[in-house]
Amino acid sequence: MSPKRTLFEKIWQAHLVAEPAGRSPILYIDLHLVHEVTSPQAFDGLRATGRKVRQPARTVATVDHNIPTEPRGTPITDLIAAKQIGALQKNCKEFGVRLFDMDSPDQGIVHVIGPELGLTQPGMTIVCGDSHTSTHGAFGALAFGIGTSEVEHVLATQCLAQQTPKTMKIDVRGRLAEGVGAKDLALGIIGQIGTDGGTGHVVEYAGEAVRGLSMEGRMTLCNMSIESGARAGMVAPDETTFAYVKGKRFAPRDGEWEKAIESWRGLPTDDGASYDRVIEIDAAQLCPFVTWGTNPGMVAPITGRVPEVDRLKDADRRATELALQYMDLEPGNRIEDIGIDRVFIGSCTNSRLEDLRAAARVAKGHHVSSRVRAMVVPGSQRVKRAAEQEGLHQIFLDAGFEWRESGCSMCLGMNPDILQPGERCASTSNRNFEGRQGRGGRTHLVSPMMAAAAAITGHFTDIRDWKFR
Amino acid sequence: MKPFRTHRGLVAPLDRVNVDTDQIIPKQFLKRIERTGFGQFLFYDWRFDADGKKNADFVLDQPRYKGASILVAEKNFGCGSSREHAVWALADFGFRAVISSSFADIFANNGTKNGFLTIQLSENEVAELLRRAREVAGYELTVDLEQCEVSDGHGFRAEFPIDGFVRHCLLNGLDDIGLTLQHEQEIAAYEAHHPALQSA
Repeated sequence: MSPKRTLFEKIWQAHLVAEPAGRSPILYIDLHLVHEVTSPQAFDGLRATGRKVRQPARTVATVDHNIPTEPRGTPITDLIAAKQIGALQKNCKEFGVRLFDMDSPDQGIVHVIGPELGLTQPGMTIVCGDSHTSTHGAFGALAFGIGTSEVEHVLATQCLAQQTPKTMKIDVRGRLAEGVGAKDLALGIIGQIGTDGGTGHVVEYAGEAVRGLSMEGRMTLCNMSIESGARAGMVAPDETTFAYVKGKRFAPRDGEWEKAIESWRGLPTDDGASYDRVIEIDAAQLCPFVTWGTNPGMVAPITGRVPEVDRLKDADRRATELALQYMDLEPGNRIEDIGIDRVFIGSCTNSRLEDLRAAARVAKGHHVSSRVRAMVVPGSQRVKRAAEQEGLHQIFLDAGFEWRESGCSMCLGMNPDILQPGERCASTSNRNFEGRQGRGGRTHLVSPMMAAAAAITGHFTDIRDWKFR
Repeated sequence: MKPFRTHRGLVAPLDRVNVDTDQIIPKQFLKRIERTGFGQFLFYDWRFDADGKKNADFVLDQPRYKGASILVAEKNFGCGSSREHAVWALADFGFRAVISSSFADIFANNGTKNGFLTIQLSENEVAELLRRAREVAGYELTVDLEQCEVSDGHGFRAEFPIDGFVRHCLLNGLDDIGLTLQHEQEIAAYEAHHPALQSA
């Protein structure tokens, strides 16, 4: 009888090109996603060594990180950003790489367009010079972020030499309550295991609560894997996955589709396979979460308070004190009393159609607080069009939200969408690091529903008590 | 890549946990398309105030740590964004190695591609090094990659773990794209039976 294997082990072993003695195994990469910020030095490296892109057909590029979210066609006033975008355009042309450019109807955040174009498929190995590549693991793919040197390596060889990671299963028992979503699950997990709890591991999310998530929800969950330090996050493919992929532009077609499904059905972890570590989470204990500090593990229930510092260990205590100082909060502050100035609904974590629907449902019939500026940034042009077809944009506009063009926007503030010093933001993005959304800006991570509710009331508000109109 | 064998240098203590790559090199400096020149922006928001004036209190700008080439910091160094610019900035500033009790995976990977060492010691050892670097003027350490050992010549000596192949590449300054391309036949054989993507 063949050995019991996990989802990760099946994909890993199917992609081993060589296992040279005394060296890291060499892994084949099925799909390489490329964006403007982490690729220019890699293409320069190819030019300097006279190398080509080995598999242009497995390499797909878009612009997302530093493009403005003003209406398309507005000139880019940041000349250094414009130069970086220009470099990607030139590199894609020179090396024969497909680019979904600024004016493309398929442009969007790289981790939004991969799935919606059907490029992301179960069983694949996927890399990108971006830590949130873990998003694609939602499809039962092995997807992880790499640095620029490794981007060059994949461009040149379509392979990566990788040390074998450890495996971890996060088993989420029970069901999520009404008003508690994938973002809360992700924040709850990071709050429990810490921002380095997953380091060195590929995490597989399992259990009833995970199976019950839509593909969008699974993407949110896997997206945040890196915030616990994990190399990648994965969810075994099932009927939900297949239904999402079917008919997408780059998905297998006709006879190929049947063959693909058959092979994908063999991917889920075998009964009795073992992991290096297993963690259990009780879904019933989860609630809407809000981060209060300067990393995604510093998280509290919406009904909770900013923690007291005196009971913490030395290093944690110092980190907490620094975080509270930066965030201008006091130990014991009630989360619901924290007032906000800005709201950002977007990012590769929460900018898909389902996220926008959830936020619009909250916003409908209400109006953004007079003290708040709120923006909605769809993850892609496709998401934007689909939302407009449903009239979501009108709900947002009527409620006083800005409705913008697609891109990474204020998740990392490489474009003009940034916080001013001291501004406090309820954000559906993934990182609340110091200065992440703008120098001196204070970020609180929340779900799309919680962000929309905070925009309307002007402070964090328990979505479970919301009066939907 | 520049080989790393042994290095002796001045030690700077950075008393922080979870130093993320957004702190090491803030996003406004990621728009450059070169690999060089990032050192001036290292820890920018900690080293400079909002008007661009230097914060003389920050550890790296204290005269006693000028020229430091080994950084010691608390756990989970390099977490967050995959930006290799973080390693480029540290190296360009003059650092050859960081010592911590744990590192984020992508940061550590990026280090090895640039001949930059991430040295993992125990929390107690890191705490001791932070103490010595604060208390002893001109505190220096020797990093010996051949022996996988860090020592100060004054009673501190600790071994560190490192993957054998990574160590081999660092010691010899090997270009790992070249190493992978030695397997051209195996790659081609793999591709020959591996299904192509739908092209459109």
